[in-house]
Amino acid sequence: MKFANSLSQVKKRKRRDRRFKAYSYSAIALAGAFLVFFFYNIISNGWTAFQQAELKVEVTYSEEAMEMGNWALSEEMSYLVSRGYTRLIPVRMKEDKTLLGTSRQEWVLADSEVDQFLKGKPNRLSKAEKTLITEMKSHGQARLAFNTGFFGNGDSKLPEMAGIWSAAVGSMYVLIITFLFSFPIGVMTAIYLEEFAPNNKFMPIIEVNINNLAAIPSILFGLLGLAIFINFFGVPRSSALAGGLTLSLMTLPIIIISTRAAIRAVPSSVREGALALGATPWQTVLTNILPLSLPGILTGTIIGLAQAIGETAPLLIVGMMAYIPDAPGDFTSAATVLPAQIYTWSSDSLRAFTERTSAGIIVLLAVMLSMNGLAIYLRNKRETKW
Amino acid sequence: MKQGLLVDTGTVFLYLFCGLLPFAAIAYFLATRKTFSLKFKGQTFHSTSGSYGWYAVVWTLWPALAASLLAAVLSLTGVAHVPGSALVAAALALAAGGLAVGVMKVKPGLRARNIVEGVIVKLLFAASLISIFTTIGIVLSVIFEAIQFFEIVNIWDFIFGTNWNPDEAVVHAAGAASESAEGLFGSVPLFAGTFMITAIAMLVAVPVGLFSAICMAEYASPTFRKIAKPTLEILAGIPTVVYGFFAAITVSPMIVQAAEAIGLQADYTNALSPGIVMGIMIIPLVSSLSDDIITSVPNAMREGALALGAYRSESIKNVVLPAALPGIVSAFLLGVSRAVGETMIVVMAAGLRPNLTMNPLEGMTTVTVRIVDALTGDQAFDSPETLSAFGLGLVLLVFTLALNIVSLLVIRRFRQQYE
Repeated sequence: MKFANSLSQVKKRKRRDRRFKAYSYSAIALAGAFLVFFFYNIISNGWTAFQQAELKVEVTYSEEAMEMGNWALSEEMSYLVSRGYTRLIPVRMKEDKTLLGTSRQEWVLADSEVDQFLKGKPNRLSKAEKTLITEMKSHGQARLAFNTGFFGNGDSKLPEMAGIWSAAVGSMYVLIITFLFSFPIGVMTAIYLEEFAPNNKFMPIIEVNINNLAAIPSILFGLLGLAIFINFFGVPRSSALAGGLTLSLMTLPIIIISTRAAIRAVPSSVREGALALGATPWQTVLTNILPLSLPGILTGTIIGLAQAIGETAPLLIVGMMAYIPDAPGDFTSAATVLPAQIYTWSSDSLRAFTERTSAGIIVLLAVMLSMNGLAIYLRNKRETKW
Repeated sequence: MKQGLLVDTGTVFLYLFCGLLPFAAIAYFLATRKTFSLKFKGQTFHSTSGSYGWYAVVWTLWPALAASLLAAVLSLTGVAHVPGSALVAAALALAAGGLAVGVMKVKPGLRARNIVEGVIVKLLFAASLISIFTTIGIVLSVIFEAIQFFEIVNIWDFIFGTNWNPDEAVVHAAGAASESAEGLFGSVPLFAGTFMITAIAMLVAVPVGLFSAICMAEYASPTFRKIAKPTLEILAGIPTVVYGFFAAITVSPMIVQAAEAIGLQADYTNALSPGIVMGIMIIPLVSSLSDDIITSVPNAMREGALALGAYRSESIKNVVLPAALPGIVSAFLLGVSRAVGETMIVVMAAGLRPNLTMNPLEGMTTVTVRIVDALTGDQAFDSPETLSAFGLGLVLLVFTLALNIVSLLVIRRFRQQYE
């Protein structure tokens, strides 16, 4: 009796043990499943934006078309062709005078509704227009071509004209500023704390501070950027300079912490060897420790910059969500960044912008994942060293 | 007026930078050449030629930079405004003077290397102060603006008021009504919304994160762990704006449909979807911190439990987890602080309407949403609505700093226990 009882208890315990193990594996499976679903969702929403509908229509470069681009097209086509394209016709005619009076078949950018229809998505075309497009498609006069405009254009109110170029340039500018400010200061701080800092009561304050800084919500850095850089120092609002300075303060603790880890990983025999040969502490750092810890420092920097490139909240606060159709020319002119562009598009009610948003996200994720991949590669390379 | 000033600042910086660089280069060149020619005459130097070059560079730069700094301090404190052109001229003149002094001082007996290295260490120290300045800057800028806000709005009304309606405050400020703006900045609904979304996020993040950590630390083979860990960390690397879009476009409609299927009414801006997505974002934070803590529990404890006949799960539940509890608590606190401060997900997926409710299917708003909303509008910078962002920011800062400090202290005590 007693034996049977304890036997059943063992079975129960065994079942509980198996269940616990299953829970733990299913937690990871759940997170993995989410990741798969997430990527599937974003890519299936966004990949169509890399294609863009084009129509082959008769373009007549007449006197009237000089005034109004629409006049170059037949009436029914002028509703199906992108307004952005027709607006460009007079400009092109002014640049190239020989066009006047000619007429030819051209592949032109279609309206976003046509684009959505060709991709089999909900649209607002009339029935007659739908049959027309279907007919044109069967004659090879409507096609989905690779969307070069998405990479080459700036933002636009017309979804078919909107692209990520100006935001990408803005992101690059912000990243340059972030790197220029956070990298030297971060590495210098780490060198000081690891190699030169005296052992006094002041140093723990700096250390606690750096850890705290890493955990402050990003939006508060936006408040700092607004209050200090923009209102106090007068850095232009919405500029890459304001955004980059704000983000560099956020990136700083990441670079400091990883640089310190990299410096600490250099064996002390290297240090002692250099000092024994008569090098000063600074020469030891410059000629031995820094070169050896460089892969680690770069890993941390890349991870920090990858985080900065995806950051949005503080940049919204310093005004980097303005409508910017052209790429910024310098560090102080108004700019927008990729995440802010994604945010702006996502709040647009036009359905075609949802597709653009997902496509922008794909680009952003590709940039971030490749940066992180580079960081992992550098880390693995370093690990084989000692 | 301000516009003119800032264009000026940029050009001044540019002129200073471009003007000082050639001076520094000339100083380096002259000083090293001087040492070469003296060495040629048979003199022995204390340091290498390069050190003397840098010594002259230091002499070129410091008077000019000190003067610019002084001018900046003077104009920022409002004592006197130095015109940009005068500043550039003065700085370059000082640089030329410094150059002459520096090159003249180059003599065989001069311990140039020691001096230069002393300067370098001071520069390194100055760099390490920047993190402190940043923290002080955040605290001060938030506090100063918040004080302005609390001059307009009673602090107790702010903390205990249940009505958040800054738009009405704008109407009052327009002068139409004689009532004051008080009573319209009650932050309780915002904190309730923040609390609700944070709670949902932690309900997702803690069990999944903790079990993932247990799996990776206790069960998984090294190969599985090597794949699973970076995969989980991808979740932490995804930009929050992407999560926000995902929550708003994909998860919210799913929740609305699911709620309809069981006969419930859900808003498209419900609190559940940002909560769940935020929880997924925080999983890697909880799991990697817990993983570190669980693997640092000494093996002897596990083996002791197993030797007494415990199953693996029993040793984890009764021995490992209790031992790792402080670390897990600190991971939990860091997760809460992350969730409270998270902005983009809630801006994009949660509502804008302050709503004091316990129903997660209704729209709610959070502290960070209101901060963004207040600062991206067209309000004047000193309007109560704009300043309210800093009031909320102050609360957010105090709260997250407290959480961070507590979790750091907890983890430090845990580490001491086993080392």
